[in-house]
Amino acid sequence: MNLRRKAVIADAEEVRRAILRIAHEIVERNKGVDDLALVGVRRRGVPLAVRIQEAIRSIEGVEVPIGIVDITLYRDDLRTISPQPLVHATEFSFGVEDRTLILVDDVLFTGRTVRAAIEAIMDYGRPRSIQLAVLVDRGHRELPIRADYVGKNSPTSRKEIVRVLVREEDGEDAVVIEETEEGKQ
Amino acid sequence: MSFNRTHLLGLEDLTKEEILEVLDTARSFRPVLDRPIKRVPALQGVTACNAFFEPSTRTRLSFELAEKRLSADSINFATAGSSVSKGETLRDTMLNIQAMRVDIVVIRHSSSGAPHFLARNIDARVINAGDGYHEHPTQGLLDLFTMREAMGKLEGLRVTIVGDIAHSRVARSNLWGLRSVGAHVTLVGPTTLMPVEIERTGARVCNRIDEALEGAQVVNVLRLQLERMTSGFLPTLREYAQRWGVTRERLKRCATGVRVMHPGPMNRGVEISSDLADGPESVILDQVTNGVAVRMAVLYLVRGGTRDGRGGIVPPPQEGVPV
Repeated sequence: MNLRRKAVIADAEEVRRAILRIAHEIVERNKGVDDLALVGVRRRGVPLAVRIQEAIRSIEGVEVPIGIVDITLYRDDLRTISPQPLVHATEFSFGVEDRTLILVDDVLFTGRTVRAAIEAIMDYGRPRSIQLAVLVDRGHRELPIRADYVGKNSPTSRKEIVRVLVREEDGEDAVVIEETEEGKQ
Repeated sequence: MSFNRTHLLGLEDLTKEEILEVLDTARSFRPVLDRPIKRVPALQGVTACNAFFEPSTRTRLSFELAEKRLSADSINFATAGSSVSKGETLRDTMLNIQAMRVDIVVIRHSSSGAPHFLARNIDARVINAGDGYHEHPTQGLLDLFTMREAMGKLEGLRVTIVGDIAHSRVARSNLWGLRSVGAHVTLVGPTTLMPVEIERTGARVCNRIDEALEGAQVVNVLRLQLERMTSGFLPTLREYAQRWGVTRERLKRCATGVRVMHPGPMNRGVEISSDLADGPESVILDQVTNGVAVRMAVLYLVRGGTRDGRGGIVPPPQEGVPV
């Protein structure tokens, strides 16, 4: 499948500002960072969680712990994909019991990933609450899920692909819209 | 993405990449066993049948647990008390199980090649849980997994397998698996229990245990099946223990940090000394825990496979004929 970059929704500077704003909102809404933890959804939610952690450190001077959730085993389409997707570990260095967790992902689309991530987290205990932070909300929800912190709202067509690029994996920070060669015609 | 098979019948025809993918998947599953809620929904709605035509405790429990940890439904079937004792053929038994819409069959059978026969005759996915003298692939994989966790890597690892090589499906699966991942295998045991021409597999064959243990990083001790006495392969148990039993004294020849493994059930004081089985070198109970994670990985991967595992299968050896 050939992908063509159609538009840049946000460049590195905009991504940086959006993350800083999300960090401020998290601190404000939770009245500090006590009992808070960030949970990155593999893969691109993880570097974004690290950025938010750094931003919170610069604001509050506190290091909020980070966990990683791998949703593979909780997907609702496992039955229909072959061969099976690779499974990675879910890692929590803290107990989720009674904590406020900020689930961090790159793009909010159908909501199915978030549903799977919530179920995966619940298997580790009962958090006090789970809030959702995403860099881009592109609409087209298939489940009753919404984000608490949004970097950028970006209405898209279903055919388009929204990609968040991060330095750690892709060499640059940006949010881009791509489309398939067929989708263009 | 390399593992794309619909069956796991043996390790002989698995590539290094396929083996490593099973081990990596097992490593991701391993923490599930230590969680407060020891269950993931990955195989929800899948039905597995554990068909054990030969007695087993460890392997059957391990598969059952792996299935439950993945949220599959499982049913069990043991020869005793089933229609097999009324003379039903293997194929008929399995066609009946299939008619109940089973997705995965885990089979243990005393005839080499029974899982292959099954894979050709039913639609369900088939996992070999030990067939005759042929293979016990999930044991081979869990041994490899345990070695990799304990020693950090498999490539170049020096592994010595001690005991009844000829009648051991565990030895064969270990040998094929270790060969694929680039470990150095040494086999040692009584000449009567060593298959002819086994060195053609690339393994080093010794007939003195001290020589075989020299520099070994892992010693995998096989269970001595006591019925070998009556069939004339060995004179007495005591002689076996003296000549081939692995003891702490003998272990001094091995590399520092050596690990000792045993597939169980153990004959303490025969093939392995009791203090060694319980000692710090022993990873025998780790093998049991890891076995659940490895079987979860196999169930998960086989479920999603699309490439027909029936193609390119090496025909299993004839019953009773070594390699």
